[in-house]
Amino acid sequence: MNELSPNTAAHADPEHPVIGPGHSYASVTDKISAIVLTQPLSKGWMFGFTVSFGLLMVLMASLTYLLLEGTGIWGINVPVGWGFDIINFVWWIGIGHAGTLISAILLLLRQRWRTSINRFAEAMTIFAVCAAGIFPLIHTGRPWLAYWLLPYPDTMATWPQFRSPLVWDVFAVSTYATVSFLFWFVGMIPDLATLRDRARHRAIKIIYGILAMGWRGSAVHWHRYEMASLLLAGLATPLVVSVHTVVSFDFAVGVIPGWHTTVFPPYFVAGAIFSGFAMVMTLAIPVRAFYKLEDFITMRHLENMAKVMLATGLIVGYGYLMEAFMAFYTGNTYERFMIWNRFSGPYALVGGALLLCNIIIPQSLWFRRVRTNVPALFVISLIINIGMWLERFVIIVTSLHRDFLPSSWGMYSPTRWDVATYLGTIGLFLTMFYLFIRFLPMISIFEMRGLVPARPEIKQPA
Amino acid sequence: MTKRPLYGLMAEFDNPDELLGAAHRARAAGYRRMDAFTPMPIEGLAEAVGFEKTRLPLAVFIGGLCGCIGGFLLQYYPSVIDYPLNVAGKPFNSWPAFVPVTFELTILAAALTTVFGMLAMNGLPTPYHPVFNVPQFELASRNRFFLCIKARDPQFDGEKTKQFLEGLKAHAVYEVES
Repeated sequence: MNELSPNTAAHADPEHPVIGPGHSYASVTDKISAIVLTQPLSKGWMFGFTVSFGLLMVLMASLTYLLLEGTGIWGINVPVGWGFDIINFVWWIGIGHAGTLISAILLLLRQRWRTSINRFAEAMTIFAVCAAGIFPLIHTGRPWLAYWLLPYPDTMATWPQFRSPLVWDVFAVSTYATVSFLFWFVGMIPDLATLRDRARHRAIKIIYGILAMGWRGSAVHWHRYEMASLLLAGLATPLVVSVHTVVSFDFAVGVIPGWHTTVFPPYFVAGAIFSGFAMVMTLAIPVRAFYKLEDFITMRHLENMAKVMLATGLIVGYGYLMEAFMAFYTGNTYERFMIWNRFSGPYALVGGALLLCNIIIPQSLWFRRVRTNVPALFVISLIINIGMWLERFVIIVTSLHRDFLPSSWGMYSPTRWDVATYLGTIGLFLTMFYLFIRFLPMISIFEMRGLVPARPEIKQPA
Repeated sequence: MTKRPLYGLMAEFDNPDELLGAAHRARAAGYRRMDAFTPMPIEGLAEAVGFEKTRLPLAVFIGGLCGCIGGFLLQYYPSVIDYPLNVAGKPFNSWPAFVPVTFELTILAAALTTVFGMLAMNGLPTPYHPVFNVPQFELASRNRFFLCIKARDPQFDGEKTKQFLEGLKAHAVYEVES
């Protein structure tokens, strides 16, 4: 056997390790499964969960009031018919995209550093899609009739309009939610088996046993399993690009100045990845400190994520630049006015803040000192999250509030119910995330075993 | 108490390379019905225990093709046959507008085939399997590597196979009750 067998870590880069020193198959397994199985509930977890759950209740209250009163409780009106609901939808779905990128695209590119962050990035995807899915549903006004969006031979003898991007969106987002869930769950099966085998309490053993479906790590099973992972990654990669492309079509296919541009699909996809990596970072930094996972989520991970944010941020910057350039290059009065209005009109402050958050501040990531400074990264990731939210606000609200005729101009401001619903979905997202880190293995155990350096296992009692 | 019939003999190893070597030697010794159990995927192990290749990609291709054709027809039928609607004189079969939904349904069908196909080919869920009767087997999902030669292998012989496995530098050899 040569020294670097393909089955043990041949990818050791001693200067930038993807796993801390001194780990073995057993220690990796025990450390990650202990978070779920043996660690007691900590005060920090209880506090965070309580706050998140409180926000989730805010969501429930605002949705109840919405169903009673209708969308009139929101700030939307003619000409700004799309407000917080669509902003939040695009923001959340974009955040989800980093999870798919990490789990699928980086898998295809054989980027082994993704291993320790892919599980919770995938979980983040699913929770973000759940939060996103609420908005178009309630924006329909009568969400109890949302099944009208689906094609089925109904008694009204009508069909959805398949030439409309809004119908494409139904298919794109529901496919995305389904495939992301499958990817996440399939990835967890071997780890659920580990939890089943490690659990000491009978009821817990049974629950994880059912979820693991009798996985026993057979070589033949692994073979098909790896093939399935590869196929799913291959399918999820074009999917993630198509989903945000379709989301951008919701705008680009319309004839509104500020929406009707061909640069939208690529720059929406880049923006989605930009904001998604920022959210992964926002979640990973506290989790790694709190659960002492610095050995698994190393500086190299944070630095790589910072580089991805820098690169996608530059693509987003190019998108802004092209939008402005094309507006003037076409000579179209309305387009020119739109760009001018974005940065000097009534919402100029939002436009300026957007440039600051998305373009100027992320440039600090060029410096290694910043990329290796954990508190700085945390703050920058929060700023990017805010910036990407502002971007959607600018695209949606400033494009709509100045109609073609000045007599139809208007202003938009959110009501307290808009804000409550938005905060509520953050509560939904965080509640699910807290439950996830408590009840499921947040780092892929079996993939971490593959990173353990080649050396004889230290004999340990079971 | 009478002992239940034997499912096979299982050898425990400490690391993947020993297991891989053992699997190759068992195959060279003429054993054909065996399986290995590991806490993570091991390159080349499935081939070593005699697995040829999986037909999963073919199934996924067929699934995706069905999703693609079905997805297009799902839009063609209402738009052209059942409820043709003249929108600004555009053709009823305005296929470019049908591409996104067709694409999404292709991916959806292919992904569902991948997951359920993988589970079905692996025979999962499996509520009961003899290998779990070995108490040490729970380490197969932690840090130990197992090779199991099944009793239905034509060359299987309780004593001889046991000696053979012990000769492979196995950490321990267990009898697996079915």
